[in-house]
Amino acid sequence: MYKNVLQNIDNIAIWPVVSFVIFFLFFLCLLWWVFTSDKKFIDTMKQMPLNDGGTKTFVKQPN
Amino acid sequence: MELEKFSYDNKVVKAFIIATVTFGLVGMSVGLLAAIQLFYPIFNFDLQYTTFGRIRPLHTNAIIFAFVGNAMFAGVYYSTQRLLKARMFSDALSWIHFWGWQLIILAAAITLPLGFTSGKEYAELEWPIDIAITLIWVVFAWNMIGTILTRRERHMYVAIWFYIATLVTVAVLHIVNSFEIPVTLFKSYSWYAGVQDALVQWWYGHNAVAFFLTTPFLGLMYYFLPKAANRPVYSYRLSIIHFWSLIFIYIWAGPHHLLYTSLPDWAQSLGVVFSIMLIAPSWGGMLNGLMTLRGAWDKVREEPVLKFMVVAVTAYGMATLEGPLLSLKNVNAIAHFTDWIIAHVHVGGLGWNGFLIFGILYWMVPRMWATKLYSTQLANIHFWLGTLGIIFYALPMYVSGVVQSLMWKEFSPEGFLVYKNFLETTVQVLPLHMLRAIGGGLYLIGAILMTYNLIKTAYAGSFIANEQAEAAPLAKAYSVTSGGWHHRLLEHKPILFTVLALVAILIGGIMEMVPTFLIKSNIPTISSVKPYTSLELHGRDIYIREGCVNCHSQMIRPFRSETERYGEYSKAGEYVYDHPFLWGSKRTGPDLHRLNGKYSNTWHYNHMLAPDAVSTGSIMPAYPWLFEQSIDKSLTSGKIRALRTVGVPYEDGYESQANDDLDKQAAEIVASLKADEIEVMPETEIVALIAYLQRLGKDIKAEKVASSELKTPN
Ligand code: HEC
Repeated sequence: MYKNVLQNIDNIAIWPVVSFVIFFLFFLCLLWWVFTSDKKFIDTMKQMPLNDGGTKTFVKQPN
Repeated sequence: MELEKFSYDNKVVKAFIIATVTFGLVGMSVGLLAAIQLFYPIFNFDLQYTTFGRIRPLHTNAIIFAFVGNAMFAGVYYSTQRLLKARMFSDALSWIHFWGWQLIILAAAITLPLGFTSGKEYAELEWPIDIAITLIWVVFAWNMIGTILTRRERHMYVAIWFYIATLVTVAVLHIVNSFEIPVTLFKSYSWYAGVQDALVQWWYGHNAVAFFLTTPFLGLMYYFLPKAANRPVYSYRLSIIHFWSLIFIYIWAGPHHLLYTSLPDWAQSLGVVFSIMLIAPSWGGMLNGLMTLRGAWDKVREEPVLKFMVVAVTAYGMATLEGPLLSLKNVNAIAHFTDWIIAHVHVGGLGWNGFLIFGILYWMVPRMWATKLYSTQLANIHFWLGTLGIIFYALPMYVSGVVQSLMWKEFSPEGFLVYKNFLETTVQVLPLHMLRAIGGGLYLIGAILMTYNLIKTAYAGSFIANEQAEAAPLAKAYSVTSGGWHHRLLEHKPILFTVLALVAILIGGIMEMVPTFLIKSNIPTISSVKPYTSLELHGRDIYIREGCVNCHSQMIRPFRSETERYGEYSKAGEYVYDHPFLWGSKRTGPDLHRLNGKYSNTWHYNHMLAPDAVSTGSIMPAYPWLFEQSIDKSLTSGKIRALRTVGVPYEDGYESQANDDLDKQAAEIVASLKADEIEVMPETEIVALIAYLQRLGKDIKAEKVASSELKTPN
């Protein structure tokens, strides 16, 4: 059944256009999302790999 | 809040590191062997287990899944624990993951030389191993998601996002591409046929590059590069844009591997457009990485870890600029099927993956063993050997690709092909192949030096199996404060995030997959195209087993230079019974799609036994075992039934007479060989292979005869 539905989509060239529009809308949302986010928050996130305490808390353990 | 004490599991990271280094050396050595075989065919050793067609998949699988795979797991386990301030969810799962993955590698290392292969590039492993991969991947995902859910850090750093996208997408890709119908324990046929199979395969192949070789390593870059440089990433905002646009766009670009093939035009165009768009996020990522080092270039000069990373990120930038260029149709027309693609892949593999892995290993090992790197100087030598290795690898391959392609296309003023004999064009580029092997050798020597250096480092230090840490647990109630709510919402809701990432890749995937369902209506059916006979089927399976597809294409593109050389260009409708498709991606030898009738059976017999004796100077390996081994006729009916299940219209009950058919066809070939005084048993594998080779392109000839005789429309 579903196969018939798919096979009856005739205007095949529309696909690239639809794809592009979806992506474009997505991208606009993404930009809005990123540039309206809080600066302080971004800064904390940025520091994360440096503050993970990995190398500073060396305590030797018997294996 | 009360701090909780816990520890990071370094032990499993150590295990993955050892596996990375070991399989790195193995994979590179096998690659070097394959490279040498291409100019000294004697290194095929006349043995089926070491013949190029089986060694090449062994090399690619060892590098991708064993070397790069293990390195990914080592880096992901190391960084995830620290970024989430939690030990991995379950030690048991970590170890099942580790040993399961190594067993899969072992199984691959045994089955590929034995010739058990699905015939699909980078997905060669047969169905039981495919299932094992799925299960182990689920274990990995379970362990990761468990860790994420029990984390002590509210927000997920961008590296974790890349890991999640990797988990989800690799699962989807692997499952969709691995649909196959088993015939025996180690033999199956792809569920899809022809054009459809090709599209699924390259959707997979392309995105395996994206989500196995790229996204996890971008995550690692965003973690280890700031750590090594001791400064935060240049722009966190950019990294978010990088992430979403990359995973969203990448998934669409697969069809660029199939330009000028029998894939419908609009699908090809889709691939091109999205490939070009990919430049933006890729370069955003590269610049983000390089800009992180701004003001720290003095450090780069002294610290081998950073040197490796800088070259890695630069190579990433080069490869991701080159990729979209290669997807432009006019560039692709030159580059496809040539060594150019090999160069492109190795800029990514040796430069991006390899160098990033080396940098990370040089960074992690001294820290995990609480000591200093044994020798910075040795690491520097490694760096220069590796860099020279990449240059000596890539440059000759670029030249070789362009030179050979131009020779394929060169016409004399009278309008004839200048290099009518394909072999001439192959022989011309052999010196370049030798240089390439030297490049690969240098790179391997560098990796050996690193191995020594890391072992020495480990012995000098003492291993910290469990690294102590402390952090406050997550408060149960978390209220989103003002500003940036939308952002945080995502970051502290891993499930929502995972679903969104899945949706992003599924949109692309489905939009690309719909056409594969539609394709039946897109393929002009050619009535003269018939299923393979039972003997040809056996022959085709030998062709698959020996990996002929690694050197020969079966896809004639609609260029004058190709139709002149090979004959009529390939039509989609010719492949409808090809499970799997065998278009190939590299022409070390000529295309074989119009082989029917070009040579006699005797010619093929002699050529397969000693190619060099028939085509002087040929680098094609000899296949003496095909003249000793017999086909297994007891499998015939199973093969027919399996193919019928996936849609090949063998008549009901055909399996019971299939072997009689087989005997008849074999007898004809044996008789024709006998006329040339060659004695051969009808069950011998070479007979079946000859039957298959003579079938290639036969049906379309029948079509032409039929239509010119009858002059019927359609
Ligand atoms: C290492 C790459 C390589 C592999 C693997 C390989 N070939 Fe070849 N093949 C070549 C080259 C190079 C030529 C051209 C020189 C010659 O005729 O031997 C060639 C030529 C041929 C030809 C003659 C085509 C023509 O139109 O002149 C046939 C047929 C052929 N190969 C079949 C096979 C089969 C079947 C297999 C697998 C069992 C195979 N080849 C595996 C490299 C390869």
